[in-house]
Amino acid sequence: MANSSPGRLLVVDDNKVNRLLLGRSLEQQGHSIEMAENGRQALEMMHAKPFDLVLLDIEMPEMDGYQVLEKATADLKLRDIPIIITSALEELNSVVKCIEMGAEDYLTKPVNPVLLKARIGASLEKKRLRDQQRDLIRKFATSEVASDLETSGFSLGGKFVEATAMFSDIRSFTTIAESQTPAETIELLNTYYTLMFEAISDQGGVVNQMVGDGLMAIFGAPLVQADHCERAVKASLDMIDMIQLLNVDRLAQGKAEIRIGIGIASGQVIAGYTGTIRRATYTCVGDTVNLAARLESHTKVVGKPILIDGTTQSALSSTIKTEAEGPFQLKGKTVEAQVFSVPLDQKM
Amino acid sequence: MNPPSVIDLPTFEALKEAMGADYINELVQAYFEETPQLLSKLQQALSKQDCDAFRQAAHSIKSTSNSFGALQFGTLAKELEMMGREARLDGASGKVKSLVAGYETVQQVLEELSRG
Repeated sequence: MANSSPGRLLVVDDNKVNRLLLGRSLEQQGHSIEMAENGRQALEMMHAKPFDLVLLDIEMPEMDGYQVLEKATADLKLRDIPIIITSALEELNSVVKCIEMGAEDYLTKPVNPVLLKARIGASLEKKRLRDQQRDLIRKFATSEVASDLETSGFSLGGKFVEATAMFSDIRSFTTIAESQTPAETIELLNTYYTLMFEAISDQGGVVNQMVGDGLMAIFGAPLVQADHCERAVKASLDMIDMIQLLNVDRLAQGKAEIRIGIGIASGQVIAGYTGTIRRATYTCVGDTVNLAARLESHTKVVGKPILIDGTTQSALSSTIKTEAEGPFQLKGKTVEAQVFSVPLDQKM
Repeated sequence: MNPPSVIDLPTFEALKEAMGADYINELVQAYFEETPQLLSKLQQALSKQDCDAFRQAAHSIKSTSNSFGALQFGTLAKELEMMGREARLDGASGKVKSLVAGYETVQQVLEELSRG
């Protein structure tokens, strides 16, 4: 049998002999053990300390095993802690109920040490994999998406939401890339993404796509924000500010300046997770998103770094200055769009 | 209950081996602490005709007693547990008395075994 690595375990049983029996067996298997006498105490301890696994008796005074399961599985903080039910053999009906309520596994009392070791090992291993998965989600998704995933669970369904989409891209990136070493290019991209992520997440936006030198961000989803238009425009101004700071640095090193173009559009988008169960990303699609992408490429034509659509512009507070660029016939659109630029100098 | 069969020796020895000779004392002491409390809970539940509390107390007595090899004692507790589960406590009083009386013997034998 594979030796499982030790975990922090909580043994919950109202009967002291049972607690000691189970606790001793688990200690002998190398785990560190704490004990609770009833459900209420168990929940308090689970909130106070991180446990890798809970062994839970069903029948207890004050708060029984069912109540603990119910509370723990509904609690975002606790629901990832596996719970193994310890029960007497003739309580099989209760065990079934517990498994249906979200218990990970069960053991019958008196507990067989070999079975105990196998079940605990398997559960701890599953918990470790889930923890790793969550860390990966945290690493590769934004914190908003990660917490959305944690609250709503993973489903590939989509929904309509009111949001603001943003596209940004480095101008003449290919030329820049050709003038420097590949290592310098990757370093530039990393610096660029770090700066852009900071500007976007400072305003509550979510970067959901990075392709080459371009990125797409969403404001107002998955977390609803009433002022998503304003946040997106403020983020775009911060992004340009950061690029200017980066350029000061680059000029000092004798490197070419970089310029970015940003397109922003607001309205209804279809948001959700796309991909497969193995690899998925939170994304938004729809006309609003297409419009933002077109506005971004239109910045080259207008020669201004930030372009926004009429819907975004009309939702802005008076503190943000915009200039009408007139109606434009955007590629692939039948109706003309009202386009506004956002001047970099926002001092009135 | 005859003393030799009060505690099933193979069960007790297996437990002692699994838990360690030094730890078995602590376990037995915990059993001595818990069981009288559970027995009085059982008696109270009987006088109040509280089937649920009766069943729970009998259940606890049964499970820990079986762990130490007090199998006959455990079987009696199991019968009481079933009576509680089926909500028929009418004939329970005699069995509860036997259980309380039986505990003294269990305690004596366990005490000796855990010292030995």
